[in-house]
Amino acid sequence: MKVKTTLMASAVAAVAGGAMAEEMTIVSWGGAYSKSQLKAYHEPYSEKTGVTILNDDSSAEAVAKLRAMNEAGNITWDVVDVVAADAIRLCDEGLALEIDFDSQLAAAPDGTPASEDFGDLLVSDCFIPQIVYSTTFGYRTDLVGDNPPTEICAVFDLENYPGKRSLEKRPINNMEWALLCDGVAKEDVYDVLATPEGQDQALAKLGTIKDNVVWWSAGADTPQLLADGEVIMGSTYNGRLFSVIEEQKQPVAMLWDAQVFDLDGWIIPAGLSEERQQRALDYIMFATDTQRLADQAKYISYGPARASSAPLVGQHADLGIDMAPHMPTDPENAKNTFLYNYEFWADYRDDIDAKFQAWLAQ
Amino acid sequence: MAALTPISRKPMSVVLPAVAIAGGFLGMFVGAGQGSVLLGILIGAALMAGLAWVYMNVLDNESVARWITILGLGGLGLLFAGVTGLIVGLLAGWFFAFFIFWLYEGRYRQKLLPYMTGQQVFWHYTFRVICGAIFVFLITPILVVLPLSFNAQDFFTFTPEMLRLDPEGYSLKHYRDFFTNNEWQRSFKNSLIIAPIATFISVSLGTLAAIGLSQSHVPGRRAIMGILISPMIVPLIISATGMFFFYSDIGRFLEGTLGMDKNFVGYVKVILAHAVLGIPFVIITVTATLVGFDQSLTRAAANMGAGPVRTFFKIQMPLILPGVISGGLFAFITSFDEVVVVLFVGSASQKTLPWQMFTGLREQISPTILAVATILVVISIALLTTVELLRRRSERLRGLSPA
Amino acid sequence: MTDATQSGPMLAADGTPLKKSLARSLRRRKLRALALIAPLLLFVLLSFVIPIMSMLFRSVENSIVADTLPLTVVELRNWDADSGELPDEALYAAFTKDMITAIDEKTHTRLGSRLNYEQTGMSSMFRRSGRQIKKLDPETDGPFKDKLIEIHDGWGDVETWRTIKTHAVPITNGYFLNAIDMRRTPEGAQAQPEDKQILIKLFGRTLMMSLIITASCILLAYPVSYLLATLPMRVSNLLMILVLLPFWTSLLVRTSAWKVMLQQQGVINETLVWLGLVADDARLVIINNQFGTIIAMTHILLPFMILPMYSVMQTIPDSYTRAAKSMGATNWTTFWRIYFPQSIPGIGAGSILVFILAIGYYITPEIVGGTKGVFISNRIAYHISSSLNWGLAAALGTILLAVVLLLYWCYDKIVGIDNVKLG
Repeated sequence: MKVKTTLMASAVAAVAGGAMAEEMTIVSWGGAYSKSQLKAYHEPYSEKTGVTILNDDSSAEAVAKLRAMNEAGNITWDVVDVVAADAIRLCDEGLALEIDFDSQLAAAPDGTPASEDFGDLLVSDCFIPQIVYSTTFGYRTDLVGDNPPTEICAVFDLENYPGKRSLEKRPINNMEWALLCDGVAKEDVYDVLATPEGQDQALAKLGTIKDNVVWWSAGADTPQLLADGEVIMGSTYNGRLFSVIEEQKQPVAMLWDAQVFDLDGWIIPAGLSEERQQRALDYIMFATDTQRLADQAKYISYGPARASSAPLVGQHADLGIDMAPHMPTDPENAKNTFLYNYEFWADYRDDIDAKFQAWLAQ
Repeated sequence: MAALTPISRKPMSVVLPAVAIAGGFLGMFVGAGQGSVLLGILIGAALMAGLAWVYMNVLDNESVARWITILGLGGLGLLFAGVTGLIVGLLAGWFFAFFIFWLYEGRYRQKLLPYMTGQQVFWHYTFRVICGAIFVFLITPILVVLPLSFNAQDFFTFTPEMLRLDPEGYSLKHYRDFFTNNEWQRSFKNSLIIAPIATFISVSLGTLAAIGLSQSHVPGRRAIMGILISPMIVPLIISATGMFFFYSDIGRFLEGTLGMDKNFVGYVKVILAHAVLGIPFVIITVTATLVGFDQSLTRAAANMGAGPVRTFFKIQMPLILPGVISGGLFAFITSFDEVVVVLFVGSASQKTLPWQMFTGLREQISPTILAVATILVVISIALLTTVELLRRRSERLRGLSPA
Repeated sequence: MTDATQSGPMLAADGTPLKKSLARSLRRRKLRALALIAPLLLFVLLSFVIPIMSMLFRSVENSIVADTLPLTVVELRNWDADSGELPDEALYAAFTKDMITAIDEKTHTRLGSRLNYEQTGMSSMFRRSGRQIKKLDPETDGPFKDKLIEIHDGWGDVETWRTIKTHAVPITNGYFLNAIDMRRTPEGAQAQPEDKQILIKLFGRTLMMSLIITASCILLAYPVSYLLATLPMRVSNLLMILVLLPFWTSLLVRTSAWKVMLQQQGVINETLVWLGLVADDARLVIINNQFGTIIAMTHILLPFMILPMYSVMQTIPDSYTRAAKSMGATNWTTFWRIYFPQSIPGIGAGSILVFILAIGYYITPEIVGGTKGVFISNRIAYHISSSLNWGLAAALGTILLAVVLLLYWCYDKIVGIDNVKLG
């Protein structure tokens, strides 16, 4: 009986809601990240337009589910938050809408067109970048002795930094770091990695620490492992480390060297009805303007994707600390960065992943 | 019958060595902690055997002896290892106080058949200890979760404060989070809507089909059985993707053609998907109970004029109920703990508890999921205890002696 | 009662021949049985079996090449893949035409992704070339051979065309070959290069680990179920709570709990170090390997073994074992010859449940399994949700399903499925 009334109540509420205002479903990752979007984008947008925004924490399954929706011809999502590599895949599969950046995105306050304001970060025709995040290392300050690591190759240095490290259970990033620390120049990394010998070289370098690696697959793993003291250093997204260090006050510090920049942003599914597509584009126009992108940095330490947003980054909403020094794009942190090569990985991902998994299982 | 076995005091030569062995075992751990295993064993054995000798020959007062042992060992523990040592010491003391008199008075035979040989008695208790160890294995992970849910930090870690039993290290914030956070509340509510209805559907359809299957002369019985239990054997991720297509079409039909509400259709989709996943469990359990079912009972009922429906509810149902219940239990858990299919078939408004937990684990380690688990454990203990109490009450009312 | 004297066929009370009447009643019973089964059967068939079949059909379905490049596929039939020479202009012209249509429909990058599973680099080749080919006019801009090769030198590589030709068939065995560490080549099926062979190993490991997990579940569940079945009801019901509690607790929570227990700074290691049984620098490695997976999964699946065993053991009458003992059988003989055979149906049902469930798990191995404890389902999940190679995922799933059915069949032959009892 109770169940029935609940169902009816929710049905009534939904009908009433449908009559009152429009609704859109926005898909994102959940957790602190969704919260930052809620504060910076969804709430102001709902206030401005009266559109009800439903949050769906399905980004981890977005690629598969979008494909299934597309094949079934029944797309229930309006805007989807994905990482750039997934966006490229979705665009290739014809599952995401192609965007005309200059006409469909807001220009910077000084009139610079969007395509220039985003610059190189427009890595796919379907992808509207939102944040720059980086995959980088954190280490336990109390376990490294008097000699805190300053450069990436400390990861491969078992002599000075004995103990376990955590790395992501995929080839991307790990292969590049391995080559960098095996004497390959930064600009040659992808050329070397394109050859079977180069791939073997990277795996051989990773092999030197294989017995001391804990492999992670969810972004929350490394923070937990660091907090437990289970690993001495580990890679994860910089925002997670920020939370471990500044919010949870754990004895952990960042190693910004050779951080790998990556992008996260929006796509609009292909095949929406005209009306919904218009609504989604309107939301995107609003949510990716200069001020909005800068606002998000108040809630999470990821860098805004627009050049014009950087000067507007202020203080953390709860902690009241300056966010700029915690941005991966801050000049102090970005002394030695590594750019993720999307096109390379779009081609080599299947091949190298098979090799990497076979190597892991050995 | 069992309590009638006469018991008698056992000689020193039986009690002392046994107590010494147990004491040595305890001493081994303490000794290892303090640096010398051998010394620990010797001291432990001597101490315990000595205590036993004193109790048996000098003191001969059980309750005084019990308090001496508990407080003495607790004190020793406190001396060696602080608060944690105190607790371990008290527990060890309680055990030895019990163990010494249990052996000495011969109480271990009290509940056993009088003609059992010594070997059989020994095996009886060894078997109990083995089973105890398995129960410990079953329950320890749950016990670990309980204190962690009161963690003041946002990690699954026993902090030094927690180990010192410092109130600073504990907090109720994860419980607050569960009760005040909309996402958790909504997903909890969704699980409570979806799982029972899905269970109801799989149990009712599954039981009917199982009854049909159990009748003789059903053509293609094996093939039908194979189809009905297939949801259990297809890898879940493939089931999830495949079912997505079906329910997407159904959803479009219900919403578009029949004009039903989107939210309501969403629930229908998830409930039906979960019902399918639960069906194999019901089919397997109920057909198995029906294998031993005596069909002449239904014929007798029909003979006496009962219709098929009446026969079913009055004759068949009570007899196959245990199978139906355990099948329903499996089906309920399948739905209540299912995360892959709901991710595909459901949408945000049908987010279930496991889905919310899954996001929580992946996106931010948050002991809120441990708080939820603790709450569920407490609820289920309460439920199971109530059921057991009711059962005993009805047993008493029906004048049955406790079995 | 005049019928009694009749010499014809026996008649039922209503005057119809008895044989006919029996047949009719049998038919009615059959129909009634089918009517009871039908709703569920239809429901499962429609909502599960058919969608899953069509999902699994993707393991051989491969019409994308012929659909996207129809003209090219026809032209490719005239080209000898073993000649070592590039195809002629006609094929390049057909290809350009196909591509322009495909670019219009935005399907060319999709084909690129499909072919990239077979030959690395195809994905970017199709994407990049697409931007240039779009500008060509199929009527006036010929000849295309040199133009295409100028756009991307991949079009001047014989291997490219050999790959397209090899995978132009509408029904392919390519995914199944991939699933058993082989690949489809112009020269027929060949083994994958050694450094990419992993799937057979994972199949073997999944089966092996599932067997070990099933065996350890039997080992642990048997004494417990026996105890529960022989204790008085009021005690056994209380102990049953200890079995049901873990069962009620979310899989995710239990897996996390095992992580907290087993890791090097975890509860077990800390306790052992505190007791001095293990040195601080020699903590046990009991997670992120097969051992961790076996422990955690045994724990998670144990109730699925205990419950069926318990319900079977409950029905074994006490009197049999007492009778055996009174006739002079030893304890062991009584157990082995009298009790154990009667408990086999419970073991069978529990084993089937545990084994099948174990084979399909992937969340627990992912979290506690490290690199050595990963199951084949992890790869299926990866190919469904990450690499979008649904064909390969479907092939892996079909093989897994076939293995389960084969084992089920063997079990039926050896033990007999009617010997299974649950609940």
